Amino acid sequence: MIPVAFDYEVADSVDHAIELLGQHGEESKLIAGGHSLIPLMRLRLAAPTVLIDLDRLEDLRYVRDEGDYLSIGALTRHRDVHNNPLVQEHCGILGYTAGLLGDPSVQHRGTLGGTLAHGDPAGDMPSVMCALEGTLVAQGPDGERTIPALEFFKDYFFTDLAEQEVITEVRVPKLGSNTGWSYKKFSRRSQDWAVVGVAAVVEKDNGSISSARIGLTSMGNTPLRASAVEEALSGAGTDQVAEAANSADEGTSPGTDDAASSEFRRHLARVWTRRAVEEALGR
Amino acid sequence: MTQAPERYVGGGVPRKEDPALVTGRANWTDNIKLPGMLHIAFLRSPFAHAKITNLDVSAALEQPGVVAAFTGEDLASEWGEGAQEAEQGPGYTLSTGGGQSNDVEVSETEQPEDASSEETSQDDEAFSFCAWVVTEDMKNPTHWPVARGEVNYTGDAVAVVVATDRYKAQDALEYIEVDYEPMTPAVDVERAMEEGAPLVHEDLGTNECFTWTLATGDIDDAFDKADVVVRERYVQQRLIPNAIEPRATVAAREPGHGGFVVYTSTQIPHIAKSVLSTACGIPEQKVRVVAPDVGGGFGSKLNVYSEEAICLVLARRLGAPIKWVEDRSENYQTTTHGRGQVQHLEMAADSEGRILGLRVRLLADMGAHLQLLTPGIPVLGAFMFPGVYTFGAYDFECKGVFTNLTPTDAYRGAGRPEAAYAIERMMDALAREVGISPVEARRRNFYEPFDEPTDTPAGIQYDSMNMQATLDRVLELADYDSLREEQQRRRDANDPMQLGIGFSTWTEISGLAPSQVNAALGLGGAGWEAASVRILPSGKVEVVTGTSPHGQGHETSWSQIAADVIGVAPDEVEVLHGDTDVSPLGRDTYGSRSLAVGGIAVHLVCERVMDKAKKIAAHMMEASEEDIEFSGGKFSVAGSPDQSTTIQQVAGAAFMAGSLPEGMEPGLNENYVYDPPNFTFPFGAHICVTEVDTETGKVRIRDYFAVDDCGPVINPIIVDGQLHGGLAQGIAQALYEGARFDEDGTLTTSSMVDYMIPGAPELPNFTLDRTVTPSPSNPLGVKGVGEAGTIGAPQAVINSICDALAPMGVHNIDMPALPMRVWQTIQDAKGDADARGGVAQ
Ligand SMILES: Cc1cc2nc3c(=O)[nH]c(=O)nc-3n(C[C@H](O)[C@H](O)[C@H](O)COP(=O)(O)OP(=O)(O)OC[C@H]3O[C@@H](n4cnc5c(N)ncnc54)[C@H](O)[C@@H]3O)c2cc1C
Repeated sequence: MIPVAFDYEVADSVDHAIELLGQHGEESKLIAGGHSLIPLMRLRLAAPTVLIDLDRLEDLRYVRDEGDYLSIGALTRHRDVHNNPLVQEHCGILGYTAGLLGDPSVQHRGTLGGTLAHGDPAGDMPSVMCALEGTLVAQGPDGERTIPALEFFKDYFFTDLAEQEVITEVRVPKLGSNTGWSYKKFSRRSQDWAVVGVAAVVEKDNGSISSARIGLTSMGNTPLRASAVEEALSGAGTDQVAEAANSADEGTSPGTDDAASSEFRRHLARVWTRRAVEEALGR
Repeated sequence: MTQAPERYVGGGVPRKEDPALVTGRANWTDNIKLPGMLHIAFLRSPFAHAKITNLDVSAALEQPGVVAAFTGEDLASEWGEGAQEAEQGPGYTLSTGGGQSNDVEVSETEQPEDASSEETSQDDEAFSFCAWVVTEDMKNPTHWPVARGEVNYTGDAVAVVVATDRYKAQDALEYIEVDYEPMTPAVDVERAMEEGAPLVHEDLGTNECFTWTLATGDIDDAFDKADVVVRERYVQQRLIPNAIEPRATVAAREPGHGGFVVYTSTQIPHIAKSVLSTACGIPEQKVRVVAPDVGGGFGSKLNVYSEEAICLVLARRLGAPIKWVEDRSENYQTTTHGRGQVQHLEMAADSEGRILGLRVRLLADMGAHLQLLTPGIPVLGAFMFPGVYTFGAYDFECKGVFTNLTPTDAYRGAGRPEAAYAIERMMDALAREVGISPVEARRRNFYEPFDEPTDTPAGIQYDSMNMQATLDRVLELADYDSLREEQQRRRDANDPMQLGIGFSTWTEISGLAPSQVNAALGLGGAGWEAASVRILPSGKVEVVTGTSPHGQGHETSWSQIAADVIGVAPDEVEVLHGDTDVSPLGRDTYGSRSLAVGGIAVHLVCERVMDKAKKIAAHMMEASEEDIEFSGGKFSVAGSPDQSTTIQQVAGAAFMAGSLPEGMEPGLNENYVYDPPNFTFPFGAHICVTEVDTETGKVRIRDYFAVDDCGPVINPIIVDGQLHGGLAQGIAQALYEGARFDEDGTLTTSSMVDYMIPGAPELPNFTLDRTVTPSPSNPLGVKGVGEAGTIGAPQAVINSICDALAPMGVHNIDMPALPMRVWQTIQDAKGDADARGGVAQ
């Protein structure tokens, strides 16, 4: 619980942050809300020698309506995502999920960019972003690029982000009135990490399902999509949900830990997918 | 002058303690900073069992800010009687290592002359903090504060670094060179007792610490006559206490008088004073122990720990104040754990469900060595397995077992939750076996209400009890019949969300303790409690108590008690505690004893001082003492209403001493040491209503109804608070918490992320009510309540889950009933049902 000594730098712009990253190299780390990084440092699982603080980049805290999509500044805190009227109106699943991350004090510090950059397969936002098929905007020494969420998460705590890149923005589609959504998080205590989470974004068409996108939390080394369920639901009637959900764990590789065996996770994914799709259909 | 009303006792006086606590002005040990203070950090063993083959601290000494570093061998000369002779250098002297070893056996009082102490005294080296010798041949292995040669559990201290700040001390640990030769650990009580199991202490030749038995009545006859025999195995998982403030100690020389002061986050400053004095070889009068504000203990600070002793000996050795503050990871690994039992029960009953006899066999996990009360915890529980039921024969045996795990000791309830759980689960099993309802099974075995001491199957006497009243009331509160109807509807509809209704009708033993009983049980410590009162010249009051509150609100409750006797307002009473210089006599706070022993001492000392005040008042008013009446802070003379004097005037006169009755000592100061004649036995009836998601195994407590009886209540706000916290901790054991170790003896639930302490969202709104059955044991009729909730709750929760799942054939679920375990239990029951179906076809 006592971290190793480190130096501390404050970035006054994204460019400055990139410059500092170049200057201090591999041993340095960006810090935003600190609610993933500081616990690791306290346990001495991470020992960066320099912290580069992004947290004062107020111009990276925003939510904007861009027509088809919303753009959200990477430093926007979970609580502000949760409470934002544009998010609530156009992308309810994102705002709802932001309200499930840990407890209020975590939500008042942690940032959307931070939780995605962290790349934790037990994080809730990564699978929601995958179900939404959102995009991340990253800036590095060579300029800016956009990365689809589906291509961003590479492995356990490992993302597509290059060493000197900073996430600046997150883009999510505006969900239409025929789109239902649900994020079902199964946790042992209400403010815990997900043992399993299921994000469902379902397009409805006159009582049947035209398409469904299902993101899975904690079912492998990265957030996953339940593609077998998605296929089975495409064009399906609402009475076919239960059967389709039975293949929710196909292609997943959940781990075993104190919270759940891999078998239990598979079971939960099936039950929770059924309940998530049913909830999405009713929303 | 405010005119005090007659009674504050029984009223919801707001807690005096809270403003400082909620505004961050409390004085925690970690807030204490002394000039020149140094900080220590411990290198701890990553192995549960290993020989230390090489240990070199020299590279750590080269690190910035490091002042000294010590191994167990370096500190060997610091322990026990000879230690006071050791070199005491001012300034910083680095260890030269080695030093002579001393023959020390630490115990609060002289150990009884018996075979075991003879054996240990043949050892030329012995050291233990254990003060409870439960049997004559109990094994009490030496455990050095810093390991010498061998480590016995993960987290055992291997070396200590002293530095100018906490961070530097921690960083330097990484430079200590150490090689271990790992040995096979014993990590499970049942397997540790098997033939050929790895031995925690090879020199003992066994992992068995003791076997303790208790038998009454003719148990064989009871089983011979039984129509029904119920057998069950229950597991009490280990729990981690989790006080919000971890352990912390600052030790320093007291300027000017050659003694030492130890500020430490403890429940027991008085006991710590004796034990530290013996352990460190410092004469008792030279050790002052202060418990500043203490952020919870729950039994985990009812102990004297190596780290406290190390701070003290390093303050002596280095001549500088030494601070140690535990971090949460250390707290999980090295502060004592609670529970840890495997319980086998057999109950004999007649065909109507009347209990004839109970047999209990326990394996109790001691951990790697004995802490202050470790072996006594299951022994205390032994008296409570019969619960609220009267029957003829009882046969109890407990084996204490060493494992290579963190030592266990008291944890809120300490032996009694284990007992209450077992008997209350058995009552449901009995009801099922006989085919009667759980309510009926209980009613058939209750005692008739009584208000005088009554014999129990365990050979003790309960003080007073009326189970019928608490059970009737809780059934009414819960609207029991409509709950059963709802349950039936859900069963009929095959609802994935099933409803469970679980009972717990329980009692416990609180108010430790009559000193004679302590002595008879081998507990090396008396059970009385002391109080002093001083009515100051202004008429304001100082009450000194030997209890040591760490969240319980004694400052408030004791003020209420004193205020009523002395006729002032609670705000005019200051309660002093927690410093052995300020309150020199005391037996501290644990075992729900403070009110039933310490609060009574306060009451009695106030009466004693008022006897004297009355004499002075009579003298002042030139009346005879018999004619003096006292009410509302005023003395008056019977029959002459205009003649009166206030307690404040009397206090002034007593202090000025210009005109006192012939031969009377000046002042209004009195002492009282109260030794209770018996324990107190609070009791209650609880109903837990759960909703169990049969698809996922997730349990939600929908309602919790608790009717408790702790006799007359001094402060209902405080009593309700104790119940809320206690219920939360009991529910935590049932549903969430459990320390888990892997095969290597490594704690896998090593942080708050993995160890499931429930938060507010996990808990229901408690519905509480009370009945009032005074105890004949003390003049206020009060009983303890600090552990009541923790003792009453776990079995109500598990009974409730088993009730919900009964149609699926589930009868038992081990704690904690986390979703995977519940789900797995349902799968297993389904599998059994399928298998049975298969056979039938
Ligand atoms: C008690 C507790 C409970 C929690 N519960 C949950 C939960 O239930 N579900 C859940 O999903 N999360 C949970 N979290 C994590 C929480 O959501 C964190 O806030 C989040 O994961 C990280 O955001 P942050 O801004 O704090 O990132 P930081 O901790 O500051 O950084 C995390 C990582 O991301 C990098 N980083 C940060 N910002 C950027 C950026 N803009 N560009 C590039 N890299 C960046 C950092 O270098 C670091 O490696 C919990 C945390 C705590 C402490």
